[in-house]
Amino acid sequence: MTVGDRTLPVVRLVPTGKRPPLRLSELWDARELVFFLAQRDVKLRYRQTVLGAVWVLLQPLLTVLIFSVVFGRLARVSSDGQPYAVFALAGLVPWTFVSTSLATTSLSLVTNASLVGKVWFPRLAVPLAAALAGLVDLLVGLGLLLVVAVVRGDLQPLRLLALPLLVVLALVAVLGPGTYLAAVNVRYRDVRYVVPFLVQCLLFVSPVAYPTSLVPHGLRLLYAVNPYVGVVEGFRWALLGGSQPVAGLLAVSTASSLVLLLLALRSFRAREATFADVL
Amino acid sequence: MSSSPPTSAAAGGGDVLLRVEGLGKDYEVGAGRYGGSTLREQLVDLPKRLVGRGRPRDTRLLTAVDDLTFDVRAGEVLGFVGHNGAGKSTLLKLLSRVTAPSRGSITVRGRVGSLLEVGTGFHPELTGRENVFLNGAVLGMKRVEILRRFDDIVAFSEVGAQLDTPVKRYSSGQFVRLAFSVAAHLEPEVLLVDEVLAVGDASFQRRSLARMGEIARSGSTVLFVSHNMAVVQALCTRALVLQHGRCLADGPVEQAVPAYLRTLEQLQHVDVAARTDRDGRGEAHVVGLRVQGGPDGVVATGGPLRIEVDLSGSLTDTSVELRVHDGFGVPVCSFDSSQSAPGDAPVAQGQRFVCTLAELPLVEGRYRIDVRVRGRGGRLQDDLLGATHVDVVQGLLQGRVVTSEALGRVSVPHVWTTPAPQ
Ligand SMILES: Nc1ncnc2c1ncn2[C@@H]1O[C@H](COP(=O)(O)OP(=O)(O)OP(=O)(O)O)[C@@H](O)[C@H]1O
Ligand SMILES: [Mg+2]
Repeated sequence: MTVGDRTLPVVRLVPTGKRPPLRLSELWDARELVFFLAQRDVKLRYRQTVLGAVWVLLQPLLTVLIFSVVFGRLARVSSDGQPYAVFALAGLVPWTFVSTSLATTSLSLVTNASLVGKVWFPRLAVPLAAALAGLVDLLVGLGLLLVVAVVRGDLQPLRLLALPLLVVLALVAVLGPGTYLAAVNVRYRDVRYVVPFLVQCLLFVSPVAYPTSLVPHGLRLLYAVNPYVGVVEGFRWALLGGSQPVAGLLAVSTASSLVLLLLALRSFRAREATFADVL
Repeated sequence: MSSSPPTSAAAGGGDVLLRVEGLGKDYEVGAGRYGGSTLREQLVDLPKRLVGRGRPRDTRLLTAVDDLTFDVRAGEVLGFVGHNGAGKSTLLKLLSRVTAPSRGSITVRGRVGSLLEVGTGFHPELTGRENVFLNGAVLGMKRVEILRRFDDIVAFSEVGAQLDTPVKRYSSGQFVRLAFSVAAHLEPEVLLVDEVLAVGDASFQRRSLARMGEIARSGSTVLFVSHNMAVVQALCTRALVLQHGRCLADGPVEQAVPAYLRTLEQLQHVDVAARTDRDGRGEAHVVGLRVQGGPDGVVATGGPLRIEVDLSGSLTDTSVELRVHDGFGVPVCSFDSSQSAPGDAPVAQGQRFVCTLAELPLVEGRYRIDVRVRGRGGRLQDDLLGATHVDVVQGLLQGRVVTSEALGRVSVPHVWTTPAPQ
């Protein structure tokens, strides 16, 4: 490093305008930081808990138990020909990721207030790392689902190729609302109270406890505007070998996830200039 | 010309690494931060806020930094000095990009490393080793760079043996050493440091200062904030005095520091009456405070000091206690009018309390003075933290030179003899 070096990067800082550019390349440059932050969250989550990773499985498994009794036995909800417990588990594994990650991502900027107030890095690294940290739990859950699928013999190996894409879709679907809420939460801490309620509402409009086939035919694509419809049905399709068509649902959900993410990124960038002042 | 990025060297020194032009920063302050004054107003404004437009009602703008213009060249060590609230930290936050400017521009060539706080990003549950990587990444180092400097970082911090214990088990000294050494190995072109050297023990401070000097000599630029004029004078080539966010003086330390010290004298006539951050019953409270040094207006070691406290309300059995802390907040001594001595005037019910010292036994540096007022039965009537600051400059105590090198914060008059052997 020599200071006279012509190749030194020049950065010019000016007041941010109303619509600052997204500058996602900065986020790419900070990928190692994103990794370290996500790693920190994962380590902290598992360190000093006796059961560690077991909790990750326990939560969906216990919920499956409750759902099986309430929806499977009492309400006799259809499960597209699968045993209800298996059907519910395949929905609850991605759903647990969605609900926990939405919560951690929304609160991430406030949780990391001391960082944001004292040092610069692309602010998007914070919610991104929070969402990525949740992926570890999702992967553990998917491992369990794979075992169940193999044991039951309804695994269709070709469909597994879609899994990585589905994981990305789940991530994008969480990142959109998550980054937006994280940015709003900096100024209005009401978000802390809104998110659990929001997650609860979303559970009812997502095919977790019941299949999409219960939704009237003509309304299904509209239903899939909720990004989590595609996410949940996608994982079910890939792992349980169901025969319900999912392409349309996935297309609509992917589109709406991307639109939400883009809107969220714009809003985030417009707000981020004052994060450090308000936190 | 003014809008061109800093390029090659002009007269006097290396390349311009940092150019600040017309820089200004306004903060939003006020009750309206979380919404309008009534629920209805809040609900009316809600849609606008959710899409990120409009500012909450009832907010005022506070200008923390105003119309600053300066260049910094490679190899310069620039100190920012100024009173509390002058905008020093805000300026460093602007330069480090933590917060965006409201006006003007900053152009930086090269990597900026900032150390606005020791241990940013350290997590108590993680081990020292894990924290080095996390903190390094937060400060902008790549993983390979951290790996390359890992041994140096650990050696500088002297916590080698505890590297794999969670940092919550560290002593506060070990914590600070590890945190600083990560930042000290950043090797940026522009290093910003905000008063972080006020922590840690004396030997660590000395090494940290030496390290900052090294960084500067390696051709990087160091910009740092300190209230300690001795440090500023030792380390900086240039100083910029901030007052109410504006530049009051900018030049070689030999000129800028005295300019700053002169503003301190003015500050000693502060309006304490207007302060609301006080404790106690308030039946009698401090409404005025004046600090006077010697005839030249300077408070020096070994020189006279006179502190006058004006009280409002007249209570019987009132007493005033002046509590002196050093620049690190460590208690140094106190002067309590309730502990009367034969030389005192009977002051138990006055409106003005005056404390005089013929020979100030404090070594040079900044001291904070808190004032406590007690009424009958020792009831606390007023507690004004940081009522004023006193900057003591080097002086002679009974003819003996007392420097900041002395052990401790006080110097006691004494005499040495070497009696001839009988
Ligand atoms: N986030 C913020 N929101 C509102 N006002 C702020 C904020 N940060 C600082 N201020 C105000 O801006 C002014 C300058 O503050 P700053 O922290 O820059 O001062 P400073 O020179 O670093 O003081 P000190 O010597 O006490 O550290 C102060 O009046 C302060 O109250
Ligand atoms: Mg400050």
